Amino acid sequence: MKILVPVKRVIDYNVKVHVKSDNSDVDLANVKMAMNPFCEIAVEQAVRLKEAGIASEVIVVSIGDKSCQEQIRTALALGADRGIQIDTDTVTDSLSAAKLLKAVVQEEQPQLVIMGKQSIDTDNNQAGQMLAALLDYPQGTFVSDMSVESDKVQIVREVDGGLQTLELDLPAIVTVDLRLNDPRYASLPNIMKAKRKPLAVKTPAELGVELNNKVTLVAVNPPADRQAGIKVASVDELVEKLKNEVKVL
Amino acid sequence: MTILVIAEHDNAELKPATLNTLAAAQQIGGDIELLVAGFNCQAVADSAAGIPGVTKVLLADNAAYEHELAENISKLIVALVSGHSHILASATTNGKNYLPRVAALLDVNQLSDVIAIESADTFQRPIYAGNAIATVKTDDVVKLLTIRGTAFDAVVDTGGSAAIETVSEVCDNGNVRFIKEELAKSDRPELTTAGVIVAGGRGMGNAENFDMLYELADKLGGAVGASRAAVDAGFVPNDLQIGQTGKVVAPDLYIAVGISGAIQHLAGMKDSKVIVAINKDEEAPIFSVADYGLVADLFDALPELSTQI
Repeated sequence: MKILVPVKRVIDYNVKVHVKSDNSDVDLANVKMAMNPFCEIAVEQAVRLKEAGIASEVIVVSIGDKSCQEQIRTALALGADRGIQIDTDTVTDSLSAAKLLKAVVQEEQPQLVIMGKQSIDTDNNQAGQMLAALLDYPQGTFVSDMSVESDKVQIVREVDGGLQTLELDLPAIVTVDLRLNDPRYASLPNIMKAKRKPLAVKTPAELGVELNNKVTLVAVNPPADRQAGIKVASVDELVEKLKNEVKVL
Repeated sequence: MTILVIAEHDNAELKPATLNTLAAAQQIGGDIELLVAGFNCQAVADSAAGIPGVTKVLLADNAAYEHELAENISKLIVALVSGHSHILASATTNGKNYLPRVAALLDVNQLSDVIAIESADTFQRPIYAGNAIATVKTDDVVKLLTIRGTAFDAVVDTGGSAAIETVSEVCDNGNVRFIKEELAKSDRPELTTAGVIVAGGRGMGNAENFDMLYELADKLGGAVGASRAAVDAGFVPNDLQIGQTGKVVAPDLYIAVGISGAIQHLAGMKDSKVIVAINKDEEAPIFSVADYGLVADLFDALPELSTQI
């Protein structure tokens, strides 16, 4: 079976973001970018399914300008077979992303789409569910364990109260959580090999999708600042402060 | 303007998160209808009808809705959307699961984790793990929001008497099946509504040492939480995780023990009223948000703290 893995280029998760002085957005100039951590887990899962002989081909797709080819190459170095860049300068909203991915799914006909549950920039947690709805596919979100058996996938979801297990008929959409696997690092020979793997570029127009976002970003502000407090010298002093200063005990 | 709020429940009881979401709906203003979709959930509808400010309770009681499967719930909500200006759900794993599906079926976007209402079409929500707050305006015909519970004070839940209307619409996709659920059973308060939280990190060392946190939490009438590191290490189950992608909490008192304070963890707790950090590394980032920091070995400090409380 074919597996499609959408990946997103985002700010590196170790970098602290700063808001631009005109409050129009966060400042991403000269900031280190990387593959969204949840997308890495999705790539790893797809590659493992290929290594286990379950998947025949792993296709990575990313939406963005030319710079996102860097993340597609990373995924290819991790073991994906070929890449697709959907070329756009527009910052895509979740619904537009889902429409673009739907067009790719209809062209490629994968049995399984594995993607991150959310990106760490906009923190939306929507694209996978939207894609599933547009295709009328079943979905497994917050997935921490999965096993594929012929035309079904059994998934374990990390829900608020604990764990939930569902069985989905394929084709299906799975969005992955942190504990599904530990992604590998790309080896140097694989990074070199990835440069020769095929990478197609398509435009939203070629996919027949019109980007039409009705949500506008009015302003971006830093969160209310929390001042560091004081250091106490002992448990006695801590208890005294909690009892008498802030009266929470 | 009529707002449709989706109730969070377990077929037996209405979950407190619903009351926070209703508070957000009241700030938007207008009539508020509350959808209770589940199976054998009449009791939930009855208590929902007692919430002042709810104009009408819609009860969809069918086996297809028993486990809140997103495939079925989303189609039910779409069938009910006519006449509603907003659809609000709690930003729980449930709400996050079905509401984006509703949005896609209606060809609109969704605003996730809303923390403030500026007007009927303009809202605030955190981005980049809460390191920036975005103000966003939506021109979509129906406005879909998930609401972060900790940002809105719960409405009172008794004294009202709304009518209950039965919804007979059955949406059953059939391409997804519920297999099982393993839910934590605990007499302690729920993490997202607890007044006091004692949370442990990698520094706790192992699962057994978390007993010290449970002991302290029980003395304070609080809940126990954990950092991602502690969950990944297998010390505690996933439902205790606090952070950007886990639960977001804002108790009156948060005691972080052996937690270094990665930005992803801070994103989940920095709105707590009073933060106490106990860590032996005085450079740990958790101290930058703590009101009271104690640089100490937690294995000395914790037992001492428990005896003094």
